[in-house]
Amino acid sequence: MRLTDEEEAMRAGAFGEPRRWAIEHQIAVGEFFDAADLVPVAQAHIMADTESLGESGVRFLESLAAAPAAERRVRVPTLTDPRGLDVAVYKRLGQSEAMRALEARAIAALRAFGVLMTDTCINYQTIMPPVRGEHLAMGDTGVVIYSNSVFGARSNFEGGPSALAAALTGRTPRYGYHLDECRRATRRFRLATAPRDLSEWGALGGIVGRACGSYWEVPLIEGVDAVPGSDALKHLGTAMASYGSVALFHMPGVTAEDPHPSLPRLRGREGALRAAGLQSETVGRAEIEAFVASYGATGDKVDVVVFAAPQLSLVELAEVADALDGRRVHAATTLIVATSPEVKHAADRMGLTSRIEATGAVVAAGICFYQSYAGEMAEANGWRRLLTNSAKLVNIIGGYGYRPTLANLERCVASAVVGRIV
Amino acid sequence: MPIVLRCHPGIGPAVSGEALVARDNFSARYDLDRKAGVFSRPSHVLAGQSYAGRILVLNEAKGGVATAWMLREMKERGIVPLGLVFNRVNPILAQGAAFGGVALVDRFDGDVTELFRSGDRLRINPAAGRVEILDRDF
Repeated sequence: MRLTDEEEAMRAGAFGEPRRWAIEHQIAVGEFFDAADLVPVAQAHIMADTESLGESGVRFLESLAAAPAAERRVRVPTLTDPRGLDVAVYKRLGQSEAMRALEARAIAALRAFGVLMTDTCINYQTIMPPVRGEHLAMGDTGVVIYSNSVFGARSNFEGGPSALAAALTGRTPRYGYHLDECRRATRRFRLATAPRDLSEWGALGGIVGRACGSYWEVPLIEGVDAVPGSDALKHLGTAMASYGSVALFHMPGVTAEDPHPSLPRLRGREGALRAAGLQSETVGRAEIEAFVASYGATGDKVDVVVFAAPQLSLVELAEVADALDGRRVHAATTLIVATSPEVKHAADRMGLTSRIEATGAVVAAGICFYQSYAGEMAEANGWRRLLTNSAKLVNIIGGYGYRPTLANLERCVASAVVGRIV
Repeated sequence: MPIVLRCHPGIGPAVSGEALVARDNFSARYDLDRKAGVFSRPSHVLAGQSYAGRILVLNEAKGGVATAWMLREMKERGIVPLGLVFNRVNPILAQGAAFGGVALVDRFDGDVTELFRSGDRLRINPAAGRVEILDRDF
């Protein structure tokens, strides 16, 4: 990899141990992916919940955070992904004092770097939307795919250590989605039906993601008649990233970039796409319904209903409040709504939180459920059957011992009220 | 004579150990019970099998960024795959291997889930981009 004089000095330790560690880590990753050099980034976003950090990760953060202030401060605006625990509700969710203590240590270390504790996976909706062409180091797969696709920004999946490294050096290895040649469509899907709600947009993302099955595939999705809203694209992208490790999709007329800039734009485009080997695969009503049905469990007792993954926008939160109005969550069922601290403050101010909580539901801020010791919560609360409108969540949560079911918001709420999946 | 297979230069130390092969993908957060050291996701081909001290030979890395932290934590507790041999990984697994000091190689000529068999004794040399099958010659 080509390094600038400043980067060589960083590697030699002239800017202190945190930046020396950071650039060494970036060189190892960059060389693995044949990066030619490092590219400056405008923002970093760190996934550092304590469940994945563990004691080992927290100790690592603390060791770097012990460096002098000039050596440890981040060089670009740096945000955080959701935390492992919300201190306002952790007891009710069966989380322990040990988890809270570890979380407090992680937060103290991250603050010492000058990280902005946004605790959100919807920063593109709530904090600072990316700009087309902007190079970023985003640390959540849902944030990366939305930033790359909808905004035309440029980020790879940057895991916690790599996002921290980018924050400390102000740059990241130039490979993958920082490069034009990786951003062209490699698979082609035709949507033959209109997804009816967020769970179906997630299902579509799951179907496309599964079919792609690789970080290096870029799906082109055609046949979308009406422009999906931000929440629909959010659920589509997060599911695609979750099921397929996909980091970029194109939707002509909706997303930021031309899916295949080397092909003729107007006449003959269809022939050119076929010549490029991009035969269309159709996704229709039957495929979406089969996907949803594969997680079906009508009639089963439901232990926990979760609206999260990603955190809810203010608009989604208002929809949950409307659907729950005047109802009561069943005594044997827990309903959890997870959102960002910014949205929670707005929801408090607008009375949405109190309307949701009046039904017996829990509104949590700065967590996203699955990053919150989901296995331990299941054990502590006796939870097994989980219901959600998030295709991403049903994909993830099986490994934690849950039996997940996917349904739209109305069915989730109706089931929470009667305590069984309707 | 061991069989020698070439791949892209990888990450982490040279290691020798027993292969556990499956035509499936991988995420530490989605697929593993990291305390027990077994694959816990019911739909995973290796569900119920122990990964500790084995060289995992799998297809691709899946979504989820947590693996980047988790490999180091798993290694410190001593319940970690000895090495990772994949067809193609995503950045997260590479970042996790670099952070955790776990041997990782990918990009072979051919499908690793066919080139290697469960039970093979492998020697991985990531720096050289080389994997040897030590106990068979066909």
